[in-house]
Amino acid sequence: MINEIFIISLKRSFFILTLFLSVNIFAQQIEVCETCEFSDIQTAIDSSKNGGIILIKKGHYKVKNLTITKSIHIIGEDLPIIDGQFKEYVFKINANDFSLEGLNIINPGQSYTKDFAAVLVSKSKNFSIKNNILEKVFFGLLIEKSRYGSISNNEVSSDGVDEAGSGNGVHLWNCSNMKVYNNELYNLRDGIYFEFVKKSEIYENYSHHNIRYGLHFMFSNNNNYHHNKFYKNGAGVAVMFSKFIEMRHNKFLENWGSASYGLLLKEIYDAEIENNLFEQNTIAINVDGSTRINYKNNTFSRNGWAVKVVGACYENIFFQNNFMNNAFDLSYNSKINSNKFDKNYWSDYSGYDLDKDGIGDIPYRPVKLFSYIVNRTPETIVLLRSLFVDIINFSEKVSPVFTPDNLTDNQPLMYMIQ
Amino acid sequence: MFKILKYSFYDLMRSRWSYVYFIFYLALGFILLFLNNDVNKAVITLMNIIIVLTPLIGTVFGVMYYYNSKEFTELLLAQPIKRSKIFMGQYLGISISLTLSLVLGLGIPFVAYGLFRSSAIFDFSLLLLVGAFLNFIFVALSFNIALSNENKIKGFGYAILMWLFLAVIYDGVFLTFLVFFNEYPLDKFSLIATMFNPIDLSRILILLKLDISALLGYTGAVFRKFFGTNLGMTLSIFILVLWIIFPVWRMNRKLKKKDF
Repeated sequence: MINEIFIISLKRSFFILTLFLSVNIFAQQIEVCETCEFSDIQTAIDSSKNGGIILIKKGHYKVKNLTITKSIHIIGEDLPIIDGQFKEYVFKINANDFSLEGLNIINPGQSYTKDFAAVLVSKSKNFSIKNNILEKVFFGLLIEKSRYGSISNNEVSSDGVDEAGSGNGVHLWNCSNMKVYNNELYNLRDGIYFEFVKKSEIYENYSHHNIRYGLHFMFSNNNNYHHNKFYKNGAGVAVMFSKFIEMRHNKFLENWGSASYGLLLKEIYDAEIENNLFEQNTIAINVDGSTRINYKNNTFSRNGWAVKVVGACYENIFFQNNFMNNAFDLSYNSKINSNKFDKNYWSDYSGYDLDKDGIGDIPYRPVKLFSYIVNRTPETIVLLRSLFVDIINFSEKVSPVFTPDNLTDNQPLMYMIQ
Repeated sequence: MFKILKYSFYDLMRSRWSYVYFIFYLALGFILLFLNNDVNKAVITLMNIIIVLTPLIGTVFGVMYYYNSKEFTELLLAQPIKRSKIFMGQYLGISISLTLSLVLGLGIPFVAYGLFRSSAIFDFSLLLLVGAFLNFIFVALSFNIALSNENKIKGFGYAILMWLFLAVIYDGVFLTFLVFFNEYPLDKFSLIATMFNPIDLSRILILLKLDISALLGYTGAVFRKFFGTNLGMTLSIFILVLWIIFPVWRMNRKLKKKDF
């Protein structure tokens, strides 16, 4: 009996030992440098086996369409430059369990008809792309039909001038369960673009100076983005035709221009927008068709328009937000309102609190007459903050004629929410 | 001229009204900061006050000083001094003392509340600069009115009316015009109309710093060029200078012909 157990355990340990050895054998390492056995990256890839490591040493490698179909790990030492010479793709990957790290990938091709990218990943699973620097890219990382990948600590940049002639930094199409974090993206068309992506997470990225959007969702449900910073983009974040998106703790800063928004919502259902900071955007949130969205604990500070409702917005709830020193807190183009404003702090509120419970005793009307006038005649914006405008706003406040009269915050807070 | 400037400046510095003015701004600054405790927000509130009150006080002060010191002025006119020197001395004396009250009155509370450690310092300096411009412009305008009207009550009336017109009525007419002619391209017109009112012009100048995000919301190319580049700032300051030069020039012309 005891003997039997001994033999079984011996067998098992032998099995583990052989497994360990075989993994060791598979994990062979190939070095690539100008004077090494391998000086060409593609040959190194071709001669490596599943689980192998390719170590690329410092240097300038001119490549085109490096194709990977195996589970290998490509690691750059001292940021080797992988130069696509402006021809098509730099990396084309179709493999599971691979990783790509520490590379400086530059100059993929540019085209008006094809989406040439620095790294194209398609139909892959369990991969990680990290610590790379991608420069002068058309598309940076283009990921298609993939799952369980992580993209982290990359710096992606380009020199995009117009929307048509530039590509996206991280472009995900038809993916699920992806993680995109800690990346810096700038001078691209869209910093990060999600189309048909599910159950993915985007966090701690810094997306700035992009021509179109810092982050863009299209038909992507059940995603979550938080702790990102969007600075001086055409629009910070555009969320379009998507459901169940969670947006928390993001910063939207200084997105200026006639079509510039901190956050653009278009046909969105059931989203959560919480604890975000919107500062000095032309329009902090532009809402065009949205239903059942909860806005909570957001801070809107010194924006042109804090919330601009363009149309078809139902059952949205604004609860405990700070509206501070915006030129317009809210702009509304219809007289019907089914949205609810409750317990927000409005810096323009001039009511009193006699029972000292921290809630103002008279309701606040966030829509001013002047915002209605500016909607109709945009040139009147030059009269912003003039005495006459204050007078007509005041008279509208006393007896609302042009603005929806049920659009009020009945419990405005007296103090800012920290 | 400098002697006259010196005398009228010292005269004003000793007068009760400069102190009232100074203490008013001092109290205003402290109260604003006490209530807000945020330099950034106080700067915005202050803008509203500066573009309305500074012109009013400049106007009232200018007219009042002219009529009050009329006898002294007539005495001076009997001396061998050029007329323009006497009046320019008085004009500069008032403007400088008002500006000093403004700058010190608002500057002290803001510095005490940590302006130098705040990012609002540029906005605040611009605010004071605009306030100074408005002082110089409205004192000059009120001198013009006073020179043209021997009757004290009439002069006062016209001066207040001028302030009311520029601060409120002008914008009302302007707004009605814009809304009425809604269908036409109005961006050039609206910018030009702004130039003809020093209060609007100073408001725009401050908005360029404080509310640039909202101003850039309009799609017109003319607007974008004006607000999006340094053009707006440069042009506004240049025209504000013209707004000082023109009334001062007219004042001097009027002086030459006037029979005292």
